[in-house]
Amino acid sequence: MTIVHAHQVSAAPVQTLMERRFSPYTENGGTTLAVAGEDFCVIAGDTRQSEGYHINSRYAPKVYQLSNGAVLATGGMYADGLTLVKRLEQRLEWYFHQHEKTMGIGALAQMLSIMLYNKRFFPYYVWNTLGGLDEEGKGCVFSYDPVGNYEKHHWNCSGSAGHLIQPFLDNQVGHKHQPKAQAGLLSFDHVVRLVKDAFTGATERDIYTGDYLEIFIVRAGGITKEKIDLKKD
Amino acid sequence: MATKVSPPKGGFNFDNFTRNAMLMDKGMKPPKYTKTGTTICGCLFKDGLVLGADTRATEGPIVADKNCEKIHYLAPNMYCCGAGTAADCDHTTKLLESKLELHRLQTGRKSRVATALTMLKQMLFKYQGQLGTALILGGFDVEGPHLYTIYPHGSTDKLPYVTMGSGSLAAMAIFESRWKKDMELEDAMELVKEAIYAGVFNDLGSGSNVDLCVIKKDSVDYRRGYSQPNTRGTKEQTYKFPRGTTAVLTSDIRQFVDVLDGDAMDTS
Amino acid sequence: MDHFPGNWGQPLSRDPHVVSSTDWFPGPGRAAAEPIARTQQPMVTGTSVLGIKYKDGIMIAADTLASYGSLARFRDVKRIISVGENTIIGASGDISDLQHIEHMLETVMIKEYCVDDGHTLYPKHIYEYLSRVMYNRRTSMNPLWNSLVVGGVRNGEKFLGFVDLQGTTYQASTIATGYGAYIGQPILRKAVEGREDEITEEEAVKIMDDCMRVLWYRDARSSPKIQRATVTAAGITVTEPYELTTEWGFAENIKGYGA
Repeated sequence: MTIVHAHQVSAAPVQTLMERRFSPYTENGGTTLAVAGEDFCVIAGDTRQSEGYHINSRYAPKVYQLSNGAVLATGGMYADGLTLVKRLEQRLEWYFHQHEKTMGIGALAQMLSIMLYNKRFFPYYVWNTLGGLDEEGKGCVFSYDPVGNYEKHHWNCSGSAGHLIQPFLDNQVGHKHQPKAQAGLLSFDHVVRLVKDAFTGATERDIYTGDYLEIFIVRAGGITKEKIDLKKD
Repeated sequence: MATKVSPPKGGFNFDNFTRNAMLMDKGMKPPKYTKTGTTICGCLFKDGLVLGADTRATEGPIVADKNCEKIHYLAPNMYCCGAGTAADCDHTTKLLESKLELHRLQTGRKSRVATALTMLKQMLFKYQGQLGTALILGGFDVEGPHLYTIYPHGSTDKLPYVTMGSGSLAAMAIFESRWKKDMELEDAMELVKEAIYAGVFNDLGSGSNVDLCVIKKDSVDYRRGYSQPNTRGTKEQTYKFPRGTTAVLTSDIRQFVDVLDGDAMDTS
Repeated sequence: MDHFPGNWGQPLSRDPHVVSSTDWFPGPGRAAAEPIARTQQPMVTGTSVLGIKYKDGIMIAADTLASYGSLARFRDVKRIISVGENTIIGASGDISDLQHIEHMLETVMIKEYCVDDGHTLYPKHIYEYLSRVMYNRRTSMNPLWNSLVVGGVRNGEKFLGFVDLQGTTYQASTIATGYGAYIGQPILRKAVEGREDEITEEEAVKIMDDCMRVLWYRDARSSPKIQRATVTAAGITVTEPYELTTEWGFAENIKGYGA
């Protein structure tokens, strides 16, 4: 159904111009998030894939466990995200065979930035959040824009409900606007609780977030994965 | 010399129309409206008709209202589901409600659905689609049950089952595969619920609960929150801030009044 | 009446009374400002494809109409193809691009056969191949204008995947393209989600026929003549085109549109 938007007003009747031109980009929605702790990192994303007002799939995971033990959460255009992960994995494998060790997360973070910037004028339409453990076993999070600008943090949220969740994390993880709160990194259980609440909250108010929540937990002992129901409407 | 100021007579005010059109040509962004990306529907059954609606209102990608009412009252025997620009739906139906009430007082008769339909379509046609309202009008009058859809430009349809809004195709799929003539009340309510469910779970513009309204010869059964398949899960923890979380930077209590005579007011 | 086939089915975007010499030919051309117009638009197109998982495997359905704009141009075009022993593909969108894809797949399958190592391409391989081809073509701004549904069974594992002209991919237990995504998908999800291993072939046929019937009622570019294909452990079957039963009795009672 076409609803005429009231802002399309003009003094005289106009014919809307329509042309079916190919656009190489699409937006598949979804939200991703990562929080680093002292000796762990939690990376999560919902699994809904959508286009416009339509749900393509209720379970199309966009958080990927990489072969070097890091976890990459992608948001934006699903096909670009998938392609980027495939290329990353190939580079990780080449690195492994060349140096006989897996790539550290700092190097991976830098490489991802360069790979994104390589396509500066036909970008991968992807908002990446990379999480894992650094050389000292401390949790770390890197976040990117589609053309490779990146920054290291302790927590980050991006995607369709990024603007809903980020201030929540700033307050609860970063203790912002709570001058008397005890600063410092949160415990593991606390972080997982926050992540779940962040997503159930975002599902309430963001139409592109929902269906399932997939949480990756990176610790020195390895990576575990948890899948949780979100609302389907 | 006194200037005569006459109060506005009602109707829309177009004073700034040309100016706004000019500004928009120069690139000004108009304000955004709450649009109810919606699933609404209705169908006839043996003794009358059932109207149904979801309860999600959106502002772009954000859910503005999780439990809004989309089935509006028009007359004791008549209700109307609205999709599109929320403000247009609210005010159009409210205006019609008043007009029908006045019409009943004038004529001393029950309102007819055809009257409401004609008033609505003439109004919407007059505004050439500028009122973003897609309506489903249902009622029971001396002629029997009636079910209509009205599009923003003023065209209408009369069908045994109808759907509107962004979830209209999802809901229509259910009707097209399962509607039958002269259904029982329970079956009709179940079917309308399923049609709204199809919108709620498959269309991102629709969500939350299902409202129903059953209209029969001499009765209306408005079932707000008839089905609630999307209740919020419990939170993992509470987020109550202890008193004093927000730091007090300065404190300054000023004495505005000096009491010179008598006792100070008891403020304990 | 616009007498130029190139404009049929297109939104009116210029003065219809001005005739240009390129009007006789379909395709962009007339507004081509760029030296090379690789960006095409679909010409002869097929509408929705539906796919579901059921107890024995995968079922795909599509009608046999190929439209030219709003003209029902070819009424007996098969839009479901089989590849190898375990894979079927349903395609909506441009029919010539589908035939090109068919040709590419045939080439790949022959190459694989000629290696003669006892290995052949299974559903997941074909899906991966197609999704890379589609993504590569979108990246070179020269897309294959299709939405493809790939289904198959291999070693008892069911596979159902989607890929389109932008390279978007996903897997699900129900898939519908085109108008089917809006009209068919709600019915399919309700009937199939959570019951993928219970639905018998008989029930699956009924689900598909019901959906295709609703699409025929509501999709103006569809036809009641459809084809179904299944992949099971036993192999591929593709039905001959057959006509859906329809019900128009309710129309008798509809009079007018309300003064």
